[in-house]
Amino acid sequence: MSESATSPLPRPTSLRETALCPWHAAHGGRMVDFAGWNMPVQYASIVDEHLATRSSVGLFDVSHMGRLSVTGPGALAWLESMLTRKVAGIVPGQFRYTLVTADAPTALVILDDALVSRDTDATDGTPRMGLVVNAGNRERVVAWLRSRLPVSGVELVDHTLDTAMIAVQGPSAVDVVAGLCPGDSCTRIRALGNYRGTSATVAGHAAAVSRTGYTGEDGVEVTVAARDAVAVWEAILAAAAPLGGRPCGLGARDTLRLEAGMPLYGHELLSHSDPFALGLGLAVNLEGRTFPGCTALATLKAQKTARVRVGLDLGSKRSAREGNVVLAGAGHTLAGGEVGVVTSGSFAPTIGHAVAMALIEPALAAEGTAVEIAIRDARQPARVVGLPFYRRPAGGGKPPAAG
Amino acid sequence: MLKDVRFAKSHEWISPVAGGVATVGISAYAVEALTDLVFMQLPAVGRKVKAGESIGEIESVKAVSDLYAPVSGEIVEVNTSLPDQLETLGKDPFGAGWIVKIRPDHPAEIDALLDRAAYEALIGSQPH
Repeated sequence: MSESATSPLPRPTSLRETALCPWHAAHGGRMVDFAGWNMPVQYASIVDEHLATRSSVGLFDVSHMGRLSVTGPGALAWLESMLTRKVAGIVPGQFRYTLVTADAPTALVILDDALVSRDTDATDGTPRMGLVVNAGNRERVVAWLRSRLPVSGVELVDHTLDTAMIAVQGPSAVDVVAGLCPGDSCTRIRALGNYRGTSATVAGHAAAVSRTGYTGEDGVEVTVAARDAVAVWEAILAAAAPLGGRPCGLGARDTLRLEAGMPLYGHELLSHSDPFALGLGLAVNLEGRTFPGCTALATLKAQKTARVRVGLDLGSKRSAREGNVVLAGAGHTLAGGEVGVVTSGSFAPTIGHAVAMALIEPALAAEGTAVEIAIRDARQPARVVGLPFYRRPAGGGKPPAAG
Repeated sequence: MLKDVRFAKSHEWISPVAGGVATVGISAYAVEALTDLVFMQLPAVGRKVKAGESIGEIESVKAVSDLYAPVSGEIVEVNTSLPDQLETLGKDPFGAGWIVKIRPDHPAEIDALLDRAAYEALIGSQPH
């Protein structure tokens, strides 16, 4: 009983709300349950929101993502012992993509994919680290990490509920956000390389700004205190709207990341996935390191037997959807046989027809291979293509340095 | 014309019978709720259908929806230009955006569907 007084469990029927949730509902957001959060899937048109992000600016409330801080003298060494990605060499202001793994007795368990970052060190020189994790995995990731905390020297705090995170994405995104900042913040934001971050004052409010995102566009993600979220969101939107910018829901976020060939936990990436077959090998640094699941990952890396992640170009208006079976194309020795499964699929607004990501037998993974997708009672021809489907044009909005 | 149209709970509309044939489409509410329509599959002319049977698909960026026959009968005509001009469904859902024409087996089935007031009450009660 005493526990429930200090940490009340959410009622299972009630959805969590971000600080921007009332704004979304008041501005035509179609609210849906996403991983237990009440989130806008779209305002009016997913296609319009998608194209606004590609051509100008899209604003996304990503406050449902989990934001954790890991601080203290042992923070860096502890994360180095917990994550698949090398953390030891990370410098203040740097972000890296990683997996969060646990080691079950018989198998590897991938709990999540995440961004790990290093903030400016505290004044006494101790490192301050951050993790951004998926909304649907936050509670189990926090529970897992807490169970492995050392007795002292590392403090883990979940800041998800007292902060908000706004993704500002598109070719004009950096200009829009930098334009809302005083001179020194403005200079720092414009100078950010990919996967770098800085503290800043955005529209008069203290913020953390990183050149990161999940759309395939240039852009930043802005984290502020929850109480400042609406003011900062409205200031960014007011600056973006004259350029054609608009608020975007999770529907456009999904079509944008699909075109950009980015995996999504729960779809491409599952707890028992082979990250090397998914093309996520760069998130796994095995050499000279020990972390949960490292032995199982070393075995997977040597095997190369799992189905691999590929792009499928359907060339049609009809879309493949998650779970649709991929069959070998006519002429192949396996013609008509099941060789894979679609993990994400949609009409791709920038491309003008349907594309999909799929896991497919390595023998059929070569670009140009003809396959068929069973979509209800139809057989849709498709072709294996490289990822991403969309690459933003070089030049405009290009960061000054690689991350 | 709208006042004589009847509605299925699954958001198809059907006109009164004229010359033995009734026209079928989907409501403005359904078009707005679906949004971002990208693909449509129509039934074959001559197909005999039962009320409530799927006679085609309408796909948006987000999801696929079935199109249901509001009454039993025979498909006698389909709007073949519609799949290439899906914006017509949004501009004129009760006119140029018609989908199929059907020869009802029992024209009285139409009268049993929702009238406009009952349909508006139905969609007014749905979260949107």
